[in-house]
Amino acid sequence: MSFLGINWFKYSSPQAFHPLAGRMIPWFSAAALALIGIGLYFGFFIAPTDFQQGDAYRIIFVHVPAAWMSMFLYVIMAAWAGLGLGLNARPSFMMAQAIAPTGAMFTFLALLTGAMWGKPTWGAWWVWDARLTSELILLFQYIGIILLRTSIDDLRRADRASAVFALVGVVNVPIIYFSVRWWNTLHQGASVSMTASPKMAATMVTAMLVMTLGFWMYSFAVTLARVRCVIAERERQPSWGKNSSIQEVAEAR
Amino acid sequence: MFQTVSLSGSRGERQLFSDVSVTVKPGTLLAVVGANGSGKTSFLRMLCGLLSPDAGTILWQGKDIRQLKEFYTAQLTYIGHLNGIKDELTPVENLKVSAWLAGDDSSGAIVQMALEAVGLERSVHPLPTRVLSQGQKRRVALARLWLSTRQLWLLDEPFASLDAVATSYLTQRLQSHLSNGGMVVVATHQEIALPTDSVQHLRLAK
Amino acid sequence: MSQPSMSEALRGVVRRDLLLAMRRRSDVAMSVFFVVIVASLFPLGVGPEPAVLRMIASGVLWVTALLACLLSLGRLFTADYLDGVLEQTLLIPQPLAVLVIGKVFAHWVISGLPVVLLSPLLGLQFGLGGDSLGVLTLSLLLGTPTLSMIGAIGAALTLGLRGSGLLVALLVLPLFVPVLIFGAGAVTSNLAGIGSEANLSLLGACFLLSLAFAPWATAVALRIALE
Repeated sequence: MSFLGINWFKYSSPQAFHPLAGRMIPWFSAAALALIGIGLYFGFFIAPTDFQQGDAYRIIFVHVPAAWMSMFLYVIMAAWAGLGLGLNARPSFMMAQAIAPTGAMFTFLALLTGAMWGKPTWGAWWVWDARLTSELILLFQYIGIILLRTSIDDLRRADRASAVFALVGVVNVPIIYFSVRWWNTLHQGASVSMTASPKMAATMVTAMLVMTLGFWMYSFAVTLARVRCVIAERERQPSWGKNSSIQEVAEAR
Repeated sequence: MFQTVSLSGSRGERQLFSDVSVTVKPGTLLAVVGANGSGKTSFLRMLCGLLSPDAGTILWQGKDIRQLKEFYTAQLTYIGHLNGIKDELTPVENLKVSAWLAGDDSSGAIVQMALEAVGLERSVHPLPTRVLSQGQKRRVALARLWLSTRQLWLLDEPFASLDAVATSYLTQRLQSHLSNGGMVVVATHQEIALPTDSVQHLRLAK
Repeated sequence: MSQPSMSEALRGVVRRDLLLAMRRRSDVAMSVFFVVIVASLFPLGVGPEPAVLRMIASGVLWVTALLACLLSLGRLFTADYLDGVLEQTLLIPQPLAVLVIGKVFAHWVISGLPVVLLSPLLGLQFGLGGDSLGVLTLSLLLGTPTLSMIGAIGAALTLGLRGSGLLVALLVLPLFVPVLIFGAGAVTSNLAGIGSEANLSLLGACFLLSLAFAPWATAVALRIALE
């Protein structure tokens, strides 16, 4: 299969993918730094002060993109997991393995910034609103996948078991979201809601989109770096050790 | 007829065997020999379909067992290292359930006969299996072979824990199965006392 | 060549597990005693004020039933895995998902059904009365089999692992959350006078959804665990 004159299939082997990933990382890292920098600048300096919430609301520029990323990454991870199970392809499992910690990090960031937003705005460090509670359960699912993988010694079983759980979890995510919102409306007492976010001025929307894009670039960079580590760790075989750069990576860890 | 084509297997990161090709014809027994850890159990489990090989295919009547799935498992009886019987049930109950789940005759009389054929006296039949010795438990597990009407038998170290008497019973049973056109694949340490023209040997190699 | 029909295989699997349970009657008793003891802890912790107890009743009783299910999951596949019966089950020439339904059903009859039957008494202890007791029982009747089916996935994924008890909890609790919300919500909405039909319907939907998917996912997980 040839696209743009490049034979893409040759990169489906871990040995070939390793250096390709290595070349891509600096570009994604630079893009990430630039976009996150611009996004934060927009969010913290240029976007107008909110009428109701003052300057405290600015944490939303980290909170909302982080929450989006946590969900996107889960779906992508599940897609790689499904591909791995369907094609019985180790590289797909490696990608899923590489994405999980970053997804968990964004989920945690979303929860942390959610708490930071809640305190000055609503006076409480934690509110049981639908979105935060769904994020919390998503974090549990990420942690579950990571711990399941580390608990299984046999590599093949670890790959496939965590892939099954990722797929089960991805079916659960919309169900959780629906059921938690249902639960929220049932218990009318909770008057606090994160969904009552400030009316969005154009600059605010721009800032959020830029931040999201920056988080995407960051995710690419970090996932590729992690995949390289996973490849080096798994493929450490005498015949492959002749490629000195990988040997160095393997020894440096 | 049963065939493996270029079968390769590994366990974790350890390569066990590669490029194993063997054909088993009706009426023959394939003895898989080798030291402990050489992959005999993994090989047998691949033949059952419980374990996936790294490479190669297994063919039953010329068709890949991965396509045949349940049609293939309906043709085989597997007795592995573990006995596959419940300690809390009696030998009779265990054998009845095994026979029922295999679609074989599970009536009380037939089951008693099978247990006797494998050398377990009637006095032992109504006791919970947990009070029996290892050798007796192994006999309960093997008693399924006297009820099985399936063509392919896959046995992992069936003679382990058996005394000389039980060994001869089992050998006789294997002989009659082979005479009826059945096939047996056995992972074993020891020599099996069967006519040499019906026995093939396979030593797994890396 | 011989093989059992699907219903024969299913009945065989269920009968064996029920027969085993009759030999080990403590399994049934354990779930029941656990629920009774844990449910009694809450008034001891929170105080015996009837209004408070009535308010927390649905949540407490549902969480207790959920924890009982969680703790019993270890008994679903582990014994069969250790004595070789599970690998024999995998070789039965019928769809493994159907056999899983059989195992889960037997497991629910042993561990879940006693809790359902006991729930009216527990509800009374918490000051629930009349039709809210009925709603509680019905919600548990729909919910506990669902929890067992979903829990089976976790039990299969963690089969034979060290520390699997805690790991199963971590994997399975996020999956239990919707069932908990709708189940406890049914009783809460009944007490609030809104009517429990919506929650019970959603609970029924969860049951059907899990019946359609969970046994199949469990079968996949079992094959992975037994490789």
